[in-house]
Amino acid sequence: MKQLKSSFLNMAVVLTVITLIAAGALASMYTLTEEPIRLAKEQKKEQALKDVLLPYTRLDEPDTINGLAIVRAYNGDTFVGAAVESSANGFGGTIKVMVGFNQDGKIVNYSVLEQSETPGLGTKMVDWFKTKKGNQDIRQLNPSEVNFTVNKDGGDIDAITAATISSRAFLKAVSDAYAVYAEQHAADGTSGASPQAATMNPDSLAVDSTLLKDTITVVEKSIVKTNSKPLKRR
Amino acid sequence: MNYLKTFTNGLLKENPTFVLLLGMCPTLGTTTSGMNGLGMGLATAFVLICSNIVISILKRLIPDKVHIPAYIVIIATFVTILQMVMEAYMPALYESLGLFIPLIVVNCIVLGRAESFAAKNNPFASFLDGAGIGLGFTFALTLLGSVRELLGTGNIFSFRLFPENYGMLIFVLAPGAFIALGYLIAIINKLKSKNA
Repeated sequence: MKQLKSSFLNMAVVLTVITLIAAGALASMYTLTEEPIRLAKEQKKEQALKDVLLPYTRLDEPDTINGLAIVRAYNGDTFVGAAVESSANGFGGTIKVMVGFNQDGKIVNYSVLEQSETPGLGTKMVDWFKTKKGNQDIRQLNPSEVNFTVNKDGGDIDAITAATISSRAFLKAVSDAYAVYAEQHAADGTSGASPQAATMNPDSLAVDSTLLKDTITVVEKSIVKTNSKPLKRR
Repeated sequence: MNYLKTFTNGLLKENPTFVLLLGMCPTLGTTTSGMNGLGMGLATAFVLICSNIVISILKRLIPDKVHIPAYIVIIATFVTILQMVMEAYMPALYESLGLFIPLIVVNCIVLGRAESFAAKNNPFASFLDGAGIGLGFTFALTLLGSVRELLGTGNIFSFRLFPENYGMLIFVLAPGAFIALGYLIAIINKLKSKNA
């Protein structure tokens, strides 16, 4: 067969046919992979929630406070804390973390969802802040009780060696998450109960709201108490 | 035409990274570890093989004046398919390679082989050429990635050889990519000149 001539009609027809076939192939591929992609993302998020929260049996629908997503977790009917997704600008782009708090506002654990920091330096944040060494472990800390900044800025947390900017961004994301967590506590305190909890499970409405109220008052008291005497870590 | 020669041509004699010095952007950008280099190399090889075959089948049907846009559409289709498959079944690798997967579209190795080989040869030879060049690229990226990972962090494919504290961090960063690549090219040229 001879090479097709470059006439206007030939060019238009060939390009149209090629793009149509390409579009068809992509569309069918998209429908094929849509489900697995969604599952993979969901699985990742679920794993992150499991990692950062205390053992739970039920999750609320995600809520948004100040633009950050927050998920409350319950074990049976007891409120066991919440996970907050937060982000900050790091050295190489946006850092996205999920931070889990327990009922007292202490950090249970965190999970870095997305980061593009320098490999070998900033990327260490994935494990650094949950390694028991010096003052770098942020687990079991309540961000309102300690100076939640890096030691270089006079704070109580050891920054990652040679990655202060990444560490600063990370701690900022975590304290933003804490601010949202504290706010949701205040909001729930005034309304009496989490509206989600009531709509989600009408059977346990009575138990749920009273229990929640109790927990919240206890938590609030403990926050007031601890705030009055500044905590020294060193 | 010697099919075996077509295949081995891309592996060493015309290795895209060490000899032709094509596709330097993904070469330097993604090889922070051996695993990333291997993943990037295989991804490019997949696109190269598929686009080579399709283009050599369609070569007579595509008028000369529009062959570049037609080739680009074909290459971009395969890249997008690859991207969706990776996101679905290899999310971890997809995340670590990030932007470099869609950028395979403009990788000059792929378009270069389409122009210089697939547009002139039969589908089977084009397949062998794509496989040879693709595996040569994979080999080069894996080697470079492993060297950088070893010198920078003391690991090879996440297998620890010496403690991380003794690693030279610069090799994981961008300057280390240039240094490591330069030395690798020098070593390969040395070996080749001995053979000749």
